[in-house]
Amino acid sequence: MKLIYQSGKSGRTGAVLPSLDVPQSSAVPSVLRRSATAGLPEVSELETVRHFTNLSRMNMSVDTHFYPLGSCTMKYNPKFHEKVVRMAGFAELHPLLPQLRHGGTLTQGALTVLYETERMLSDILGFAQTTMQPMAGSHGELTGVMLIAAYHKARKDFARKIMLIPDAAHGTNPASATVAGYTTKVVPSDPEGNVDLAALKELLSPEVAGIMLTCPNTLGLFDPHVGEICSLVHGAGGLCYCDGANFNAIVGRLRPGDVGFDVMHVNIHKTFSTPHGGGGPGSGPVGVSEKLVPFLPVSRVVRRNDGTCALEYDYPESIGYIAPFYGNFGIILRAYAYLLTLGRKGLVRVSENAVINANYIAAALDGVYDRKYKRTCMHECVFSATKQMEHGVHALDIAKALIDRGIHPPTIYFPLIVPEALMIEPTETESREELDIFIAAMKEIAELSEKSPERVKECPLTTPVKRLDETSAARKPDLCCP
Amino acid sequence: MPYIANTDSDRAEMLRAAGFSGIGEMWEKAGVKFPYPALAEMPEGRSEYEVLKHLEHLASRNATHLVNFVGGGYYDHIIPSAVDSIISRGEFYTAYTPYQPEASQGTLQAIYEYQTAICRLTGMEVSNASLYDGGTALFEAMMMSVKITGRRQVVISGAVSPIFRRMIDCYCINLDVERIEVPAGSGTDSNLENLGKALSDKTACVIVQYPNFFGGIEDYSGIAAAAHANGALAVCSCYPVALSVLKTPGEMDFDIVTGEGQSLGIPLSFGGPYLGFMAVKSKYMRKMPGRIVGRTVDLDGKEGFVLTLQTREQHIRREHATSNICSNESLCALSALVYLTVVGKQGFVNVGDLCMSKAVFARNELLKIKGVEAVGNGAFFNEFVIKVPCDAAELVGKLIDKGFAAGFPLGRYYSDRRDQLLIAVTEKRSREDIKALANAMEALL
Repeated sequence: MKLIYQSGKSGRTGAVLPSLDVPQSSAVPSVLRRSATAGLPEVSELETVRHFTNLSRMNMSVDTHFYPLGSCTMKYNPKFHEKVVRMAGFAELHPLLPQLRHGGTLTQGALTVLYETERMLSDILGFAQTTMQPMAGSHGELTGVMLIAAYHKARKDFARKIMLIPDAAHGTNPASATVAGYTTKVVPSDPEGNVDLAALKELLSPEVAGIMLTCPNTLGLFDPHVGEICSLVHGAGGLCYCDGANFNAIVGRLRPGDVGFDVMHVNIHKTFSTPHGGGGPGSGPVGVSEKLVPFLPVSRVVRRNDGTCALEYDYPESIGYIAPFYGNFGIILRAYAYLLTLGRKGLVRVSENAVINANYIAAALDGVYDRKYKRTCMHECVFSATKQMEHGVHALDIAKALIDRGIHPPTIYFPLIVPEALMIEPTETESREELDIFIAAMKEIAELSEKSPERVKECPLTTPVKRLDETSAARKPDLCCP
Repeated sequence: MPYIANTDSDRAEMLRAAGFSGIGEMWEKAGVKFPYPALAEMPEGRSEYEVLKHLEHLASRNATHLVNFVGGGYYDHIIPSAVDSIISRGEFYTAYTPYQPEASQGTLQAIYEYQTAICRLTGMEVSNASLYDGGTALFEAMMMSVKITGRRQVVISGAVSPIFRRMIDCYCINLDVERIEVPAGSGTDSNLENLGKALSDKTACVIVQYPNFFGGIEDYSGIAAAAHANGALAVCSCYPVALSVLKTPGEMDFDIVTGEGQSLGIPLSFGGPYLGFMAVKSKYMRKMPGRIVGRTVDLDGKEGFVLTLQTREQHIRREHATSNICSNESLCALSALVYLTVVGKQGFVNVGDLCMSKAVFARNELLKIKGVEAVGNGAFFNEFVIKVPCDAAELVGKLIDKGFAAGFPLGRYYSDRRDQLLIAVTEKRSREDIKALANAMEALL
């Protein structure tokens, strides 16, 4: 499709702006003016709307397609949430308002949302308190690791410079630990797909600040030794971080705080149904056990005895301000609506159905595709295209063949410890019929891989573009329309 | 159950097909052998209608009646309806990061167009696909400078948003990065002379804001050149709507330009989600954090778009990545792009002109009030500072009772400015709004 900059005509505008009702004036002298007007598009409102509507039609999305992208929890995003965030009382609220005198009374609705969401999340995660401020999962990871650092520092335990991270971990874990000032050491997995306990014991030392564990892990498996791992790390003086990217598997069923974790983030845009937005905005609140509460970021929302909510800043041991204000409020608000709709019982049904759906797929595709760790899985199952590779068909080819069959591909090539990984997460909101269509497509592609592998390798054929040249994109970057 | 399609019979049959006698056995075999938690703080579920009513009630407990003159980096601009209409399309907002380019050309092309808009606004060569917000973007720019120069000292102006500076302080707790903060001038300037003196061969970068937190506009060409003369980078955080008319950071030779993009079609929404943007000179593009989209061709030579330069990123480079950022603020970036498209080349200049004219008018009206004085006499875009003959926070409190969010009292962040008020005027404020504020303030003073 033509770029928006190639459409329209000089002098055309879609803007309908208020007319000037004060004298034309400016406090910007010409030496401080830009030498040329910014080259923005010159199109009508209709041209704008048509361009972007047509662009949107080149996307696969949850609203249009089954989207079993592993570890991303592409569940349905309820429509009324979109209505709620657009209510003027929320959308038009300036974040500096509560910092003005009497401002708290002007923002009671918003502060109540923050407070009650925080309380519900703390309960669901099994922690004393939760900060709503992190603006994404990786931002939550960074916050969590900083809290661990603050804890050790407060105890004058300065020797702890190492963060342990399993080899199956998402890349954000080591990256976040590094941004927080730690060096990382890798803990290998055992043949069952669990943390290798013997290796862990060897790695533990007075230099270890903690471990970052994804629970359930990135293989979609629940490590039955998770309690023991926490005890071992605690025994060595370290703390246990739970990466909650896969929390949809256990929400309402198991509280990480009860298992022994000290701190965790949860991806609101995964487990709590807020839209993924084509890659954000998300939200990554961090829950902590009692011993980490003093270090939580400020501001914090408290409820006073008279029932009103207020912002508090006076926490001398706090790590400070990780967000400009109170977190991605619009995202938190959607999660609040979701939690109130589901209630206690609805939450349990989420994890149950997520796990049922994944195991249904796993059982149907076992034997058709290889599965490295053949156990009961949690909310996602990780297959491997090793069998198909004998015919020259890779995970990437299977992904592209799925696109031609109207299905968004699973996550591929992750986790790194599974060769040719196909990580399938159906979520609880998909129906059995939809899963059956997916299973049939996967079987058909497996069959085609044996009989006519070239027909799998030429996919996709139904998309606006065929496979793209990513090598030259990186070698000779064209990142901006000249 | 809400949003779940499986019926009871589906569940029973699916459990059987997966080899379980029931739910209990499924959890058992998966290794989850803990009792169900009580979840004492979770209420019973409610219908959509009931939840909507409850939220309407909560929304009504937030003030919507105030005439807003509060800015401080977050502005109340007009958002054309087309913006919300486009970002409400499920094909955009229920998709994820475009890992599969053939199935995500809509999002990818939109990001490429967004990157282009950011480059053209800032006068820079390369933009990324967005970051979380203006504060995190500035922190990322600082860390980029530290890595590029191999130096650990950063010079930052006290006229940079105190909100951003506190965030940077927080992120630096465990990092070996020294910040030298150069206090702003007594008016609305950054005190460029002192800023220049703080630079040395130890400096990784100098960080300024444009317009600065007090609304002041300065030509930073000199400080950027001074940074370069010391082998340091020049970093600027800017307000994108002001770039409709202001000399671009690119023209002043900045190396890294960031900013808060909320003012480009994104609602205030009590603090987020917002939009961090970042644009750099092309020589630094491989050091930039975040997603980047590139234009390329497919097997048939047809133009298409992909995520590119991914070897910088955490999913490949892990602990060696340029940053830990994973997702960006894609939908907010789309809002900004649609905003800039529908407002367009001339419309955006008109927005800037409206802001400037109304700000000048408001400042003149307020300065007519007995006891109100100007602070600083330099250039400004749509935000300025006045001095009042009382505690500014107290005055703002009284004006709230009269229906005005009259401005931001600077004493909250600058203890020597307790009698100063930072006032923002956007194209939304009418002559009547401004007159009414002046009258209300005069009546109180």
